[in-house]
Amino acid sequence: MATDAATGTGLKFDPMGQFLVKPLFGGDMVNWYTPTNVTLWMVIAILGITAMLVLGTSRRAVIPTRSQSIGELAYGFVYKMVEDVTGKDGLRYFPYIMTLFMFVLFSNFLGLVPMAFTTTSHIAVTGVLALAVFLTVTILGFVKNGPAFLGMFWVTSAPLALRPVLALIEVISYFVRPVSHSIRLAGNMTAGHAVVKVFAAFAGLVALSPLAILGVVAMYGLEILVCFIQAYVFTILTCVYLKDALHPHH
Amino acid sequence: MATEATGAASGPGMPQLDFSTFGNQIFWLLITLVVIYFILSRIALPRIGAVLAERQGTITNDIAAAENLRAKAIEAEAAYNKALADARLEANRIIAEAKADIQADLDKAIAKADAQIAAKAAEGEKAIAEIRATALENVTEVAKDTAKEIVAAMGGKADARSVTAAVNARMKG
Repeated sequence: MATDAATGTGLKFDPMGQFLVKPLFGGDMVNWYTPTNVTLWMVIAILGITAMLVLGTSRRAVIPTRSQSIGELAYGFVYKMVEDVTGKDGLRYFPYIMTLFMFVLFSNFLGLVPMAFTTTSHIAVTGVLALAVFLTVTILGFVKNGPAFLGMFWVTSAPLALRPVLALIEVISYFVRPVSHSIRLAGNMTAGHAVVKVFAAFAGLVALSPLAILGVVAMYGLEILVCFIQAYVFTILTCVYLKDALHPHH
Repeated sequence: MATEATGAASGPGMPQLDFSTFGNQIFWLLITLVVIYFILSRIALPRIGAVLAERQGTITNDIAAAENLRAKAIEAEAAYNKALADARLEANRIIAEAKADIQADLDKAIAKADAQIAAKAAEGEKAIAEIRATALENVTEVAKDTAKEIVAAMGGKADARSVTAAVNARMKG
């Protein structure tokens, strides 16, 4: 093994292998209904969310146990975020936003488990989430405000001559939203995991292994931060878009 | 191993861009989201919301009860102070009464003693006056007798009336 490492044949760079979608029960075909590692880790996410928010609070104690405190903390965190950003009338959509937050948070953190598959590192997943938010918010904006929703793009506080230009910019930025919304999350997850994997591969070299392990530890710590921050950013941006739909006037 | 790495690199590249798996991922994602949404909106969120509301209610009630008790404590303190002041007033009144009683008794006793003293003094004076009167009488008597004897010894005739008159005159002088 030591000679392998010394000659460099122990090095195996495959940072992207961890993102492969594979069928759970053998075979090569990935049909839309095939249970894959995506299925497995999404189910684990569901179980985790259930454990935290349902089992943890099953005693409904006025003086909470530790597990109940965590559930209440998550609830209060998202509830306050929705209330602060979108206002009281945004609280109707709190369950949807809570669903998004819990899914993204658990997927991100479960991805940090060694050998795990990170569902939120795939643009297919984050893209669907972002598009769902985008479509919901756009439809909601028109339903709530009618054509007045288009006033969002017409900046009345700017000089008249500038308004068409600003409107163009606003429209473009509006349609870029789902793209940035989804790529930010998937990109952060993919990059972090790939870097950890690269560092881990270097651990095969005896001379470099202490440095590599240090790098893995440091990246892992950073990734823990990134996992939470990205879930938070994804959720708060959803709240901001929702606010725009409910109150399109700046 | 090296071939494997190059094989992976020349294969699908980023698995994220392998569109053949998109349908699968989106399908399972939608199922997952629906399941999470139902778990949250049917069970978890109403439960946690109820617990939080109940806690808020309990806290509010406790604060109200505490406020109530505080008011009662203040009331009790006021009542206590009032009772204390009343007791002090009562004590002062009793002391004043007792003082007055004692003063009256004292005055009466003093008056009685004074009267007794006065009576005794009068009695004494009367006795002294009596003694003085008898003494004076005796002196007069002795003077008359002596004068009569002296006159008789001188060989004169003692006239009782003139001797008495002379003695009386002398006594007055």
